[in-house]
Amino acid sequence: MSTTKSVGQTPSTLWTARLRNKFFGGLPPERLLPDKQPAYVASWIYVFGVLTIASLLIIIASGVWLSFEGPLWWHTSNVGHFVNSIHFWSVQLFFFSMAIHLWGKFWMSAWRGGRSRTWMTGVLAFLASIGTAFTGYLVQTNFDSQWIASEAKDGLNSVGIGAWFNVLNVGQALLLHVAALPLIVGLITIIHVLQVRRRGVVPPVGFEDSSGDAA
Amino acid sequence: MKSRSREIVQWQGPSKRYDIVKEFVVALTVVAILTLALSALFSSPDEPSLTIKSWANTSAEDFVLAAATELDGSSPSASYGPPYVAIPGSGQKIGPVNLQALAGVRTPVNSANAFVIDPLRAWPNPSSSLTFALGAWARASLDQQQQWASAYVQALGETKQLKATGAADKFGPVPELTSSLLVMAKSGALDGVVALGSNFYQTNYTHSLLFMGDGTYLEDAAVKQNLGGDQSGMMNETGSYPGQAWLWLYTFWYQIPPFSNEETTIGANADAVVWGIMMLLSLLLLLVPFLPGIRSIPRWIPLYRIIWRQWYRNHPMPGK
Repeated sequence: MSTTKSVGQTPSTLWTARLRNKFFGGLPPERLLPDKQPAYVASWIYVFGVLTIASLLIIIASGVWLSFEGPLWWHTSNVGHFVNSIHFWSVQLFFFSMAIHLWGKFWMSAWRGGRSRTWMTGVLAFLASIGTAFTGYLVQTNFDSQWIASEAKDGLNSVGIGAWFNVLNVGQALLLHVAALPLIVGLITIIHVLQVRRRGVVPPVGFEDSSGDAA
Repeated sequence: MKSRSREIVQWQGPSKRYDIVKEFVVALTVVAILTLALSALFSSPDEPSLTIKSWANTSAEDFVLAAATELDGSSPSASYGPPYVAIPGSGQKIGPVNLQALAGVRTPVNSANAFVIDPLRAWPNPSSSLTFALGAWARASLDQQQQWASAYVQALGETKQLKATGAADKFGPVPELTSSLLVMAKSGALDGVVALGSNFYQTNYTHSLLFMGDGTYLEDAAVKQNLGGDQSGMMNETGSYPGQAWLWLYTFWYQIPPFSNEETTIGANADAVVWGIMMLLSLLLLLVPFLPGIRSIPRWIPLYRIIWRQWYRNHPMPGK
C-alpha cells in the first residue's frame, strides 16, 4: 500500500502568499536541509553531484580572483598563472564530475516520479556550462584562443548565431564569460538543487511507490 | 485530475541519518586539494599568441599572397558571405534553410580596405612610390583593381616568390602596395593599425583574426599542435593538456564522411549541418523523460541494479 504525503498549501489570491506557498510549501526547512536520506542512497554515484557543485565553487572563486587582476595578468605573473591553473583544472574536474553525474542519473532513470524538471534543469546546466567554458577558452588571450575563435566562427556563423555572438570579439566573449553566463549557470544550478531537495532522491526502479515496498 | 507528476511525494520507506552539509564540506575540501595538486604538478597551457608581425617575419610569401587576395577579393574573408560580406547566394544551408543569409551582414568587413589600403594610408611617412601606388589604386575602377590584383595573385602563385615581376601595366600598383604592407607588418606597426582602426580602446579582434586566417600561417601553427579541424582540433589543447573534451561529439562529426568531404552537399554545408545535428541531440537529451523508447533504455540495460545493489540485496523485487 502506498503511503504518500502531499504538502499542504494555504489558498490565497495574494501574489506574495502564492509565491511563499509555492516555494516554501514544497521546501520546508527539513527538506531543504534534511538530516536523513532514504536507505537506498548508498552508492558512490551520489558523490558526483556534490563534487560538481564543489568544482563550480572553486571555478567561481578562482575566476573572481582572475577578474580582479584583469585578463592579461596571468601571462606575466607566476601567481596569476597558478590561479589560472586552478581555474583550468577545476573546470576539468567540474566536467568530469558532471558527465559521470549525468550518465549515472540516466541509468537510474532519475526523471521518474515527477522528476522530469530535475532532469531538464540538469541538462540545461550542462549545456550552459559548455557555453561558459567555451567563452573561457576564447578569452585566454593566447594562441589557443586565437585558433579556437578562428575555427568556431564558421560553425556559429553557419547557423546565424555569429551575427550576434562574434567569437572574434574578445570583449564580448569576456563579458559573457564573467557576467552573463556564470549567472545563468549559477541560477540553473540553484534551481536544479532545489528541485532535488523538493522532490527528493529518486527511488530504485520498482520502488516508485514511496512506502519502500516493491511496486 | 491533478497530475501525479506535480504532486510532491515523500519517501516513507526506511531512511538513515545523512549529513549533507558534512558531505558538501568534505567534497569541497577534496576538490580544492585535488585542484591545487593538479595546478602545482601540471600548471596550465599558455602558448603565446601569434601576431601579424610574426606572420610577416616568418612567412613573408604567405603574408604577401594573403594581402594580394584581399585586393582581388578572393581571400576567405573577402568571399566569406554573412555576417561579414553581402554576397548573394552565399552561406551554408540546412536543407533549404540558409540561416547564415537570414541573419544578414551584421559585422561588415571590407577586407581590401580594412587590411591593406587603410593601414597603408595611415603610414606616417610614406615613400613617394607608395603614395603614387595608393593614388593609382584609388583612381582605378573596381574592375581595373581586380584585374591587377588577380593577375598578381596568379603570378605569386606560380612563382612562389615574395614579389612577382612583370609588365607594370599588368599588375598596376599591387606589387608596391603588398611589399609596402609587408614592410609595415614586419615592423609590427600593422598589428595595431588593423586591430585598432581609428579607436583608442580595443577589445574586438575581428579584423586581425580574419586577416591572419586568410593566410596559412595560423592554420599551420595549429596543425603542428594537433589542433586542425580534421584533428578534432576544437576539443584539443596546446601541448599535452586536456582540452574541451566535452565537445567530443561536436568535433566527431567533422572527422567522418560525408561531413569531412567538402565535395558532397553535406560536406560543403558541414558547419551548419553539424550544428543542426547537435541542436537536435541536445533537445533530445533535454526531453529524454518524455521520449518513449529512449527513456526505457535504462530498464532494458539494468545498470541501475549495480548502482542500487545494496538496496536490491535486502529488498528483492516481487517475482525475483
